[in-house]
Amino acid sequence: MAYSELIKNFNGIRDYIRSFYVYGFNHRNDYTQKSARSYDNERRRVESWLGDYMTFGQDNEGRRFYISVDSRAIPENPLYRAFRTKSFTDKDIMLHFHILDILTSVESYSVNDILDELSERFNENLPEESTIRKKLAEYVKIGLLTREKNGKENFYRLSENKINLESWTSALAFFSEIAPLGVIGSFISSERQGIFYFKHHYILNTLESEILCDLFTAINDKKVVKLITKKLNVKVLPLKIYVGTQTGRQYLLAWSLEITRFYFYRLDLIEDVEIINEVLTEIPDEKDLSEFCAHVWGVSGGLNNELTSINFTVYVDEGEEHIIQRLKREKRCGTIEKVDANHWRFSAEVFDALEMLPFLRTFIGRITDLQCSDERVIERFNQDVQALSEMYKDVV
Amino acid sequence: MLFNEIYSGYYLATSSILREALHGTLTKKKFADIVNEYAFGESFITILAGLQGGKWHLLNDDFTTELENEPVMPLTILQKRWLKSLISDPRIKLFEPDISGLEDVEPLFDSKIITYYDRYTDGDNYDDEKYIASFRTILRALRERKNLRIIFETRLREAREINITPHYLEYSEKDDRFRLVGADEKFRWIVNLSRIIRCELETSGQFHELPEGIIDSVTFELVDKWNAMERVLLHFSHLQRETKRINENKYRITIYYDHYDETEILIRILSFGSTLRVIEPESFISRLKARIDKQREFATFFPG
Repeated sequence: MAYSELIKNFNGIRDYIRSFYVYGFNHRNDYTQKSARSYDNERRRVESWLGDYMTFGQDNEGRRFYISVDSRAIPENPLYRAFRTKSFTDKDIMLHFHILDILTSVESYSVNDILDELSERFNENLPEESTIRKKLAEYVKIGLLTREKNGKENFYRLSENKINLESWTSALAFFSEIAPLGVIGSFISSERQGIFYFKHHYILNTLESEILCDLFTAINDKKVVKLITKKLNVKVLPLKIYVGTQTGRQYLLAWSLEITRFYFYRLDLIEDVEIINEVLTEIPDEKDLSEFCAHVWGVSGGLNNELTSINFTVYVDEGEEHIIQRLKREKRCGTIEKVDANHWRFSAEVFDALEMLPFLRTFIGRITDLQCSDERVIERFNQDVQALSEMYKDVV
Repeated sequence: MLFNEIYSGYYLATSSILREALHGTLTKKKFADIVNEYAFGESFITILAGLQGGKWHLLNDDFTTELENEPVMPLTILQKRWLKSLISDPRIKLFEPDISGLEDVEPLFDSKIITYYDRYTDGDNYDDEKYIASFRTILRALRERKNLRIIFETRLREAREINITPHYLEYSEKDDRFRLVGADEKFRWIVNLSRIIRCELETSGQFHELPEGIIDSVTFELVDKWNAMERVLLHFSHLQRETKRINENKYRITIYYDHYDETEILIRILSFGSTLRVIEPESFISRLKARIDKQREFATFFPG
């Protein structure tokens, strides 16, 4: 099949864009999941869509292509362009513009009216009636057209647009970047005015937009879904979306039907979401969910229902009140108490205290006491401080 | 439904080309410019063949069109549902969009089901009327390219007045804060909106260019154990960076950051513990070592 810069299915390109953007050190030979030709085609496509951001480096092993972006310096996520690449047929585009054009001129038209009009415009090139009917039904489903029955005939009209989009301009410029599924906002308007820029902005999350969209549908309808990943298929009841503003990852919090407990699933590992009609006999209630969430530090509910106690004390000198403020704003659960004039203690009960290690390490240089009912936490922290000391021992 | 050709760059470009054709203003150059703006690097030939080659029955050889009206595309249900979802976001109060027309639309999601689990909890207060008023004044100044007179509270809790040209608003997802970035005749200013006491439009005033920010870099090595490489690269993925593989599982990474964010970057590197070994610059390593040495003074070993 001849190469085209457009694609039928978005899923296949996700891994390539991720690799070009996150890793940036892979060479052609490192892409072993598919053929070298597949790599060539996918790289060419990404280069065609994101040419301004695609760059390459040369080393002994050859060229390595990568996407290089400082997300703080751009008002619009460039990866949104990848969602504007769906392939179509000649008939698709022809019917799109002609049907919308015909219905712009009239209040409403029956199928036969539309067929007559199209017939006049195309003569012998008129697509089959079934193709036209299918396109009309598709456009009703996605909301471009509305259909009303009058007698035995269906009448079609353009959907009314009562929304004053001009009043949304600034909100769209902001939320298209920040809100979940912001790519949809970019479909409404790509006008950015250069008013908003974004710090700590993980643009890669947009690659999971289709998955997220399906999960929202399932959450709204309280439907069980089958999550399909490279390694497993699991049936879950989706409940919430957890977004990391420091990790660049997004997770689904769901009730797992197999292990009958709450569990987190990384969105970027999900390849497909199938909504299934399965009636749950045991459904967790809001109280159970709130109780669970109150003891999750990040995105791990641990392996059992037991809670781990953790507390640590930090030294705060005079004039270092910002450290207390850090403790207050960065804690996600637990409490903070003043021990004496120079010491503050953080305490919490969480499902998985190992998740707290990164937070704990940010206070290296101040920790005067650490206690945890999970010994691995203390052991790892001790090892880390030891290893860091060793690492920089020769620095004067 | 989300990945659909009706939102594609080809449809967008075609729509714009047909609009020009209807106005009788389409030229070869304009055709190419439109394709360049809305579609992609290799789109020109395909769109030209589709339109001028007659395959799509939309454009004639003389750049006139068979259409009778300017192309329109009503909002889809997906677009309306996404817009409706924004109404449940607390930050929508800053913008005052006209929400009429969305009464019968089901939101795509409710903000309550999204948890930003590692976001700082002392973010801006979007219910504060004074804050909302400042935000809207700044937005107006940015749109109308007017200067601002701002009185804000400094870190030392003193009131300070500045007259600046606003350049943009920066929002941090981690901090959940807006900052105004602007300039006066001497400095680049970054003001937290939550610290603004008063904010007024200036009717006159000189336009001040924004001085470039100072960019620093730090280089570190990592050995890929327990998926560390992916965690580290994703964590720093919002920054400009270079990654090189040194051997099978060792990588060297340079990240570039705003000079004023050095402490934040230092803390973030520290959060990965001994997974990362900073190799330059020396000043950065010294700051890191000072913290490690201080920790050794307090305690090097906690009993398990």
